[in-house]
Parts: sequence; structure tokens; C-alpha cells
Amino acid sequence: MPSLGADMEAGTLVEWLVKPGAVVKRGDIVAVVETQKGAIEIEVFDAGVVERFLVEPGATVPVGTPLAAIRVEGEPEPAEAAPPRAVAQEPAEPPPAPSPAPTAAPEHVHASPAARRLAAERGLDLTGVKGTGPGGAIQLADIEAAAPPRSSGPPGAFDFSQMRAAIAAAMSRSKREIPHYYLSETVDVRAGADWVVRTNVERPPERRLLLAVLFIKATAIAARAYPEFNGFFADGKFQPSAAVHPGVAIALRGGGLAAPAIHNAADLDVESLMDRMRDLVGRVRAGRFRSSEIADPTITISSLGDRGVEALFGVIYPPQVAILGFGKVVERPWVVDGAIGPRPVVTLTLAADHRVSDGHRGGLFLAEIGRLLQHPEAL
Amino acid sequence: MTDADIRAAIRDELARLAPEIDFETLDPAVDIREQADLDSMDFLNLVTALHQRLSVDIPDADTPKLATIEGAVAYLARKGGAAPSA
Repeated sequence: MPSLGADMEAGTLVEWLVKPGAVVKRGDIVAVVETQKGAIEIEVFDAGVVERFLVEPGATVPVGTPLAAIRVEGEPEPAEAAPPRAVAQEPAEPPPAPSPAPTAAPEHVHASPAARRLAAERGLDLTGVKGTGPGGAIQLADIEAAAPPRSSGPPGAFDFSQMRAAIAAAMSRSKREIPHYYLSETVDVRAGADWVVRTNVERPPERRLLLAVLFIKATAIAARAYPEFNGFFADGKFQPSAAVHPGVAIALRGGGLAAPAIHNAADLDVESLMDRMRDLVGRVRAGRFRSSEIADPTITISSLGDRGVEALFGVIYPPQVAILGFGKVVERPWVVDGAIGPRPVVTLTLAADHRVSDGHRGGLFLAEIGRLLQHPEAL
Repeated sequence: MTDADIRAAIRDELARLAPEIDFETLDPAVDIREQADLDSMDFLNLVTALHQRLSVDIPDADTPKLATIEGAVAYLARKGGAAPSA
């Protein structure tokens, strides 16, 4: 069970997407795990053959628990061979000691996340359900028994109350531990906006770009030059990340928020980046992420789009150290070469961690993003 | 391609993007992005889906005409006779 965030202690295996005997390579999606952040697709860390499953669907296990045995290439057939390598990633922190069975408050219903989600989907009140799990916990099967499926509803919906709890936990920790400072800079984006219009003229809809892609690309490139905004604060010190994996904040329909990573965004051309964003938005709306996307964003970008507000002041997602905000693009009077004229402008904000950086460097970081946006053809 | 066909296409593709929206309750004269909470990426995906499903060319400059249901039906009906160039 991989750690999908510093605050994750356990996860529930929802389903296996491979069968024993399957040949897998690093990065293949092999299982779906339910966490507070929703259903997450788990990628495998080794190449080899799936020997057997160690955890069955429906089981909730602590972070660090091996989920399956994989025989890596070159290893002998199972028989009496060395123990196969486990799928599970080394947890970033030792898994917490198993806590004593929670003493539930009288009105508190003890139920697995998967059970809660299914109950919500089927409109079932958990207080009336008899649990058959450990300590009387309500499990998936109890919901199945209490509320058989009606017509087929939309599959894979989020458990919004679980997600809200996860957001609350992360943001409370952020506000408690991270001394934020905030900067704001308004940037003329006519060059980028015009370039997108020109680029899209000849393109069918499936190949068109959005200005937000330039925002992400420019931020990723600038983050390489300003490494104190890209990485993790852990164990009392900052660990910069060589790779830039921006987490792109995506508002979920019905509430909630997720910021899965676009890997190595600075190295992707804008077309590839746009394809990745379309794919991400589609999957996140459908309630599916991949484990690596959730676990390792190195900086967050929140772009509120054309129906948002002019400026946003972000809360850093720990253990990251910075969040960039892009407001909506608005037409404003702007002075260019001594004359006032209308210009599309965007307000760029930075919330960053004062344990790692100062406003001076933050200002230079924002200025660099603004400068890069003046040359969209070079992005 | 009748107006009813186009309306059904919009309803189906919108349902993929915003499954919780009841199409019948939408005001056909009001911006669909406001009514169905669509962001720029959603709207681009809606245009893409209608382009592919109905085989109608929709230049980027024309996409604001698809912002309402009645506007989209009128636009797609008018352009529906022409074969797509791409």
C-alpha cells in the first residue's frame, strides 16, 4: 500500500486490474485503492510477473503493507525461491503503530471509506446498517446487503465528505506549520492570448490549446531556475526536487478539489502538456487518479479559468513549499510605451514557505514567469 | 440532421461532462457554462465532442455561438449540411 500523501495512514483495496501471472512493467496500473482522496489507480514499481495477491479487494491495510508478490526478471520460479519482492513502496514515514480499536462515540458510525461511498451513492443512512466487520464496522458487503443496486448510477463517484475531511486535515496542517507569505503581480498576457488564437485558427477542436497551458509551462520552466519553490519540506529541512511536477488544482463537480501532478511539465511541448491536461481533467472528474500523480506534485498551480476571480491567495499543500495562483484573464487599461490601451491581463499570485524562501526571491520567480509568458512561441 | 438530433447530441455530451445536470431544466437562452458550471476545458471538450459526433466544422472563433443551447442548435443546424474539411 503506497503512501499517497503525508497524511495517509491506510487504504482500502477496491479491485485488482491484473490477474496472477500477468507480466507487468514499472508504471503499469495494477489496482484501484480507495483513500480519503477518492479512488486512486495504483502503479507498479517493479517489472516482472504477478506471482500472487497478498491483499484481497475490500481489505483495508496500513501504508507499507505489501499488496502483491511480483517475481522480478531473473528471479527463479517461485517454488522454494527467495521471497518475491513486494509491490508496496517503502513508506516515507514508518507506518503508525496500530491504534487500539477506536472507541466510537455513540452516534458515530464506524464504516470503511468504500462502504461510506457506496452508501452515499445508494442514498442509504449508515446509522441503520448493522456492521459485520471488525468491531462492528460497516463494510462494503453490509451496504450491498442493505441496499441492493437500483438502476446503474454514475460509477466511481467521489465520497465528498471524505474528501472534505482530507482537505481540512491538509489545510489545517498547512496553516499551523507553514509560515506563508503572499505576493501578487499583474501581467500583460496579450502575446500569449494572441498566440493561442493564431494557433487554434487552423486546428480542429481536439488539437486546440488553452492559455492555461502556457501558464503551467512557464511556471514549470521558472521553477527550475528558482528551486526553493519546488520540492518538499520534511524532517525539518527543505529538500528541493530536481524534477518539476506541478500539481494542477482541479475543482470537482459537486465540491472538493484535487491537484494531481503533470510529470516533468517543463520538458513537455505545449501540445503534449495540453493532452495531459485534457486527460487529467477527464479522469479526475470521473474520479480516477494514478498513484504517482497524487503522491508527488512538487509545486501546486491553481488556475481559476475564465469564470473565476481576478486573484486567489493559495494555501500551500504540505509538504510542498509554494502554490501559484492564476486569476481569470480580464481586459484592463494598461500603459504600453506611454499610451493607455486595453490589454488582457492576469494576476499572478504566489504563496510560499518562509522557512525556505523570502519575498525577494519570490518576486523574482513571479517576474520570471511573467517574462516567459511574453514569448509564448518559445514555450 | 434535425434540430431534435442536435439537441439530443448536446444533451448526451453534456451528460458526460456534467452528469448531475438535468438537461430539461436548462434555459436554452442562457449561457450553458454558467448553468452547468463548465470551465474552459469542459467547454472545449463539449465543442470537441459535438464536432466529432456531428461531423461539423466549428472554427475556434465560432465557439462563443455555442454558448447557449438555442445558439448551438441554430449554429450546428446551419453548418450541418457541410462536410467537415478535417
